[in-house]
Amino acid sequence: MLHLLQKPLETAKPSRRTFLKMSAGTVGGLIIAMKLPNMAEAATGEFVQPFVHIRPDNTVVVIVKHLDKGQGIATGLATLVADELDAAHAQVTTEFAPSNPAVYANTLFGVQGTGGSTAIPNSFMQYRQAGAAAKAMLVAAAAKDWGVPANEITVSQGTVSHASGKSASFGELAGLAAEQEIPAEPALKTPDQWVYIGKSFPRVDSKNKSVGAPNTYAMDFQRDDMLVAVVARSPRFGGTPVSFDPGEALSVLGVVDVLMIPTGVAVVAKSTWPAIKARDMITIEWDDSGAEMRSTDAMMAELAEMAAKPGLSVRKDGDAQAAIENAAKVIEVDYEFPFLAHGTMEPLDVVMAFDGSKAEVWSGSQIQTIDHNVTAAVLGIEFQNVAINTLWAGGSFGRRATADAHVYAEAAMLAKALHEKGTSGVPIKLVWTREDDMTGGYYRPMSAHKVKVGLDDEGNVLGWSHRMAAKSIIKGTPFEPMLMKDGVDHNMTEGAQDTTYAFPAMEMDQHLAETKVPVLWWRSVGHTHSGYVMETMIDRLAKEAGKDPVAYRLEMIKDDPRKANVLKLAAEKAGWGTDLPNGRYRGVAVHKSFGSYVAEVAEISMDEDGIIKVEKVVCAVDCGIPVNPDNITAQIEGGLGYGLGAILRNEITMTDGVVDQTNFDTYEPIRMSDMPEIEVHIVQSTEAPTGIGEPGTPPIGPAVANAIAAAKGNWVTTLPLSKHDLV
Amino acid sequence: MSITLKVNGEPRTVDVDPETPLLWVLRDELKMTGTKFGCGIASCGACTVQWDGMPIRSCQTFIGDLDGAEITTIEGVDGKAASAVQAAWQELDVPQCGYCQSGQVLAATALLEETPKPTDEDIDAAMDGNVCRCATYARIRKAIHLAAEKMEG
Repeated sequence: MLHLLQKPLETAKPSRRTFLKMSAGTVGGLIIAMKLPNMAEAATGEFVQPFVHIRPDNTVVVIVKHLDKGQGIATGLATLVADELDAAHAQVTTEFAPSNPAVYANTLFGVQGTGGSTAIPNSFMQYRQAGAAAKAMLVAAAAKDWGVPANEITVSQGTVSHASGKSASFGELAGLAAEQEIPAEPALKTPDQWVYIGKSFPRVDSKNKSVGAPNTYAMDFQRDDMLVAVVARSPRFGGTPVSFDPGEALSVLGVVDVLMIPTGVAVVAKSTWPAIKARDMITIEWDDSGAEMRSTDAMMAELAEMAAKPGLSVRKDGDAQAAIENAAKVIEVDYEFPFLAHGTMEPLDVVMAFDGSKAEVWSGSQIQTIDHNVTAAVLGIEFQNVAINTLWAGGSFGRRATADAHVYAEAAMLAKALHEKGTSGVPIKLVWTREDDMTGGYYRPMSAHKVKVGLDDEGNVLGWSHRMAAKSIIKGTPFEPMLMKDGVDHNMTEGAQDTTYAFPAMEMDQHLAETKVPVLWWRSVGHTHSGYVMETMIDRLAKEAGKDPVAYRLEMIKDDPRKANVLKLAAEKAGWGTDLPNGRYRGVAVHKSFGSYVAEVAEISMDEDGIIKVEKVVCAVDCGIPVNPDNITAQIEGGLGYGLGAILRNEITMTDGVVDQTNFDTYEPIRMSDMPEIEVHIVQSTEAPTGIGEPGTPPIGPAVANAIAAAKGNWVTTLPLSKHDLV
Repeated sequence: MSITLKVNGEPRTVDVDPETPLLWVLRDELKMTGTKFGCGIASCGACTVQWDGMPIRSCQTFIGDLDGAEITTIEGVDGKAASAVQAAWQELDVPQCGYCQSGQVLAATALLEETPKPTDEDIDAAMDGNVCRCATYARIRKAIHLAAEKMEG
């Protein structure tokens, strides 16, 4: 944790310079194919290119440069390659790429990493080109072997054939294909030729994940000589260990060592349970002199106070203040949003083996280049002496994408300490228990918004003034130069500052608060709160104007036809405006995030006690060309469910700096009985594909809040809903 | 302490602290990692296994209480209901991150063995203890209904 680790991480954090250096390998265009040093493999009959391997047994292996944490990118990238290659679904498998930013960088980040719903957008051309190049080389190989012109050869469902009757499998041609010239610009299919894109390509991981297959996640890593470590960390953010008494910890069967590292006191054991058991037996003295000692109530009061005053300007169109002063009516609303934990099903974990000169890592690494760099820096070895084996991750929702790679730093500190004590080269599995994760920070930042809107006497917006305060996720990280300008964090106010509602005048300010509580991207980031504010405010204004909420929105998004289109589609499919049975209410929200447009119509029931249940949600999504429609549906279902769980009853609070929620009993996740029926309608678009992992999340909160307002006449402005006796 | 129990029909003897949760015996001693660690307090169901056919939380079941017990894990679950559930899970592409799915499959199998034609209310009651942070619940529900159809056919 950065807050516990100022000194070690000063050297461990990638500097702006190293960050740029790491990314230099990809400047100047996409890498799709290259002569590799291990091209000797071709002699064994295998086709080996950075993104596609074809084995003599006819398996096509798509090399996945991104982390698949459930969002389905392994399947997505396989879909792109298989389509251009004309492979059969059954012959396609995937493997995660090694950590190598020169080849596997996210072309939108410049480093190898997954996030911001960019995996398909940055890979769409690259992986199609890689598939097309491999196909061209198979065709060239067949042409040479058969002595026929290449343009007479066809490829379909994994078979290369010629009218003469000759045909071969990919596996049979792989070795010869590897020796063919790599096409500089392989011809891509036109959309009408696609066989999988926009149609169907079932997941590559469903079977393994339905049968509990081994070696899937880092948590599953096993080796006979492996050690397991858990760490007792400060109960307060910013606290540091001073001394410890191991008590009876060393006498627990299986415990190997108890040692202090900069983040806390670690128990190292031969297996997991003894480490967890022994940790409770240690007494630790903490230095809280630099720790966050406040309660969240005090932090929220500070944010509200900040939001009451002008801050750093992020948008100023027209004179909103004057418009509000001269308005017929002014609506002013304050919003408060809590810290949220990600709660990935697989708790945080990293396996690392260090022999004094080289290190190997097994983990669900999300930003490999940073994880890699931090590991090397903490161990004091060169970048090239670290190898990262990326595994499937049991969820992330942003939690595994850390700018400080703190779990890797902690694992490296342990590995280094154990090496110095004589335990060298064995894999150490660092496990964060659920409690460690829940109380360990890196939350969605808590925030306060203040919105003031001036209306004319017909309820039309004249001016919109919007201020928000929160801790910046970006400030102080290697991402700062990329995502902050003139001290302004555009991640924080996204979804509000860039709204396409046509307001005659709009101003938005932000305040960057400080706290030792580490904060992080949480599925859809700024949109989680800004989307809620925008869409509940608009609903409130529609009511002021005496207009239908859908019609009122459409009037203000005439210049944003894709947004208007999804709104109309969701409204139509949900039967917007039609009668509902007693006790049922509808609410609508539409929001653009990560380039994609999603509208959701929520139908809720409310019982006599005012308790709500979300019964049904009808969604419309436009994410450009729908690469894998079933996965888009799955991501909308899941993204919506993830957001719904949070607004129903999730918040992280602190009392005197100590986190109150410790596990799923006090941070109650969404469960089967909470889940609505969901309908997803996908717009058939020809625009470039945009994100889908996150855009389903922002609209659900406001859609439900607007349905509650339809029932009760007022809008919830402090979340979660459980604070208001609604669940 | 030496304890002998049957795991997926095979007798297994382990020599561990009797307070060790079954979860960690399965994962670390027997190297059967299909059963997952999610919360450690029986709140999420990722560690679900069957004890004499009943779904239990292995993170709160202690090995000292299991001498002679018959345990079924995701690695060994079979029979008509289990096959139908695993087939339906794949047919509908239920898993996303997949980490909870071993537990979901075990819980759904136990439900269908008891109630071959469950209603939505039956599914809510049987599955509410199994958390999926990817919120694949809508597909789990559909897949349980599909598995029920497969069992009839």
